[in-house]
Amino acid sequence: MVKKILAKSYLWLILLLLYAPILLLVIFSFTDTTVIGTWNGFSFKPYQNLFGNKDIMTALKNTVVLALTAGVVSTILGTVGAIGIFYSSRRAKNAINAMSQIPVVNAEIVTALSLRILFAFFNIELSFLTLLIGHVVLTVPFVVLSILPKLQQMDNNIYEAALDLGATPSRALWSVLIPQITPGILAGFILALTLSLDDYIVTAYTRSDSFVTISTIVEGAVRIRGLTNAYRALTTLIFLAVLGILIVMNIMASKKKAKLERKF
Amino acid sequence: MLKLKFRRKHLAIIYAVFLIAFVVAPLLLIFYYAFTNDAGQITFHRMVNFFTDSSSLNDLLVSILIGAANTVLCLLIGYPVAYLLANPKYNKSKMMLLLYVMPMWINFVLRTGATKDLLYWIGISGNNRPYTATLIGMVYNYLPFVILPLYATMQKMDQSQVEAARDLGANPFQTFIKLIIPMTMPGIVSAILMVFVPTMSSFVISNALGGAKVNLIGNNINTSFNYSRWGDGSFMAIIMLLLIGLTFLLTKNVNKEEGRGSLW
Repeated sequence: MVKKILAKSYLWLILLLLYAPILLLVIFSFTDTTVIGTWNGFSFKPYQNLFGNKDIMTALKNTVVLALTAGVVSTILGTVGAIGIFYSSRRAKNAINAMSQIPVVNAEIVTALSLRILFAFFNIELSFLTLLIGHVVLTVPFVVLSILPKLQQMDNNIYEAALDLGATPSRALWSVLIPQITPGILAGFILALTLSLDDYIVTAYTRSDSFVTISTIVEGAVRIRGLTNAYRALTTLIFLAVLGILIVMNIMASKKKAKLERKF
Repeated sequence: MLKLKFRRKHLAIIYAVFLIAFVVAPLLLIFYYAFTNDAGQITFHRMVNFFTDSSSLNDLLVSILIGAANTVLCLLIGYPVAYLLANPKYNKSKMMLLLYVMPMWINFVLRTGATKDLLYWIGISGNNRPYTATLIGMVYNYLPFVILPLYATMQKMDQSQVEAARDLGANPFQTFIKLIIPMTMPGIVSAILMVFVPTMSSFVISNALGGAKVNLIGNNINTSFNYSRWGDGSFMAIIMLLLIGLTFLLTKNVNKEEGRGSLW
C-alpha cells in the first residue's frame, strides 16, 4: 500500500514538474502584466493582444497551411514509396530503406544545413517550395515507416484475386491494396502533421525571410527578451487544444473498447 | 510499340529519385563544401583549423558533456516513470501515459520560452547559471522522448520472469540489475539515440536559456549558417555525422532491430 502511494506520488510529482512552465504561463495569461510573478487582477488583455497581433496571426495561418500541405504531399509520396519498396527486389528494398532512414537518424541541423547548401549550390531562391521540400524530407520517412508494417500484415492474395477477376493493376491498387493499408496512411499523415507543426530548425534554414511560422516568430521573441503576454495567451490556447484532442481521443478509444467487449 | 506495363515496384522509383535529390545529394554537397575552398580546390584547412582551435575543441567537449549529462538525467528520471506507467499494479489508465507524452505536441520553441520564464521566476537565468539553465531546458524537452520508448519495451517485458526471479530468491536489487535492466536494454538504447546527439544539435534551447554563454556544436553550425559560411558549417556537420555513427556503433551490439523509428 505504502509502495503504491509512493509510486503514485512520484508519477504525479514528475508530471507536475513537467507541466510547471506551461501552467505558469497559463496562469499569467489571465492578468495584464509584462513580468511573470506580478498579478494585476484578472484580465483578458493578453488574449486581446494575441488576436490583435497581425504578425502572430499570420504566423499561425502559415504554420497550419505549411503543415497541411507538407502532410498531404508527404502522405502521397510516402504511400507511393512504401508500396514501391514493399514490392521491390531485395537489393533495391535495402538501398531505398537505407536512404529513407537517413533523415530519421540524422541530427536535424545537419539535414537542414545540407538542404540549405543544396539550394545555395544550385542558386535556388528560397520560397514556399524550398520550405515544403524541407518539411517533406523531414516527415516522409515517418510516413513510410508507419505504412510498411501494414503492408507486411496485409493478405497479398486478395490483390492477386482482384487481378484474376479481371481488375486492371491500377484498379486493383486503388480498390484493393490502398484500403487495406489506410490505417497506416492515416497514422503517417497525423505523424507528419505533428512533426511539421513542431519543427523549427529545418523551417529556419529553408524558408524565405518573409514567411514566418509560429516556431520562427516565437524563437525571435524568446531570444530577444522573453515571451510577451500575447504568447502566454497563445500557449494557453495551444495547451487547451491539445488537451481537448487527447480527451476526445481517450473517450473514443474507450467507447471502441466497450463496443468490442459487448460483441464478444 | 513499347508499352510500359504498370508494376507496383515501379512506384519505388519516384520515392528513390526524391531521396537521392533531397537527402543523398545534399549530404554529398556537405562533404564537397567541407573539403574545398572558394575556388573549388581541395583543402584540409577547415579540419586543421577545427582541431587546432581551442575554442572549437572546447565547444565540442562541452557539447558531448551536456549531451551525456542530459541523457543520464533523462534516463534517471524517466526510467522509473516508464516502469511505473507500464506496471498495472501502479497505473491502469492510459491517460497518464498520454499526459506524459502531451508536451511533445506543444510547440517546442514555446515550451522552451515557458521554461525560460519559469527559471527566471525562481532566479535561474542565462546570466547567473547558464549551464544549469540550459541543462534543465534540455531535460524538459527530451524527457517525453525517453519515457515513450522505455514504456514500449517495458510493456513487452515478461512479468513472469520477474516473479520467477523473486521465487528463486533474488532480492529486488538483484532482480533489477540482473533481469529488468537487461530486458529493457532495447528501450534504453532507443532513448540514448533519441537524446544524446539531438541535444548537441538543439541550439535553440542553449540560445534561449544559456544567455549566449553556452556554445554547443549546433550553435556553431548555426552561426556559420547565419554568416553563410557553408564550408565551416559543413565541416562541423561532418563532426556531428561522426558522432551519430559512433553512438550507433557503440549501441549496435545491444540492439539489432530497434532504433528511433521503432518508437512510432
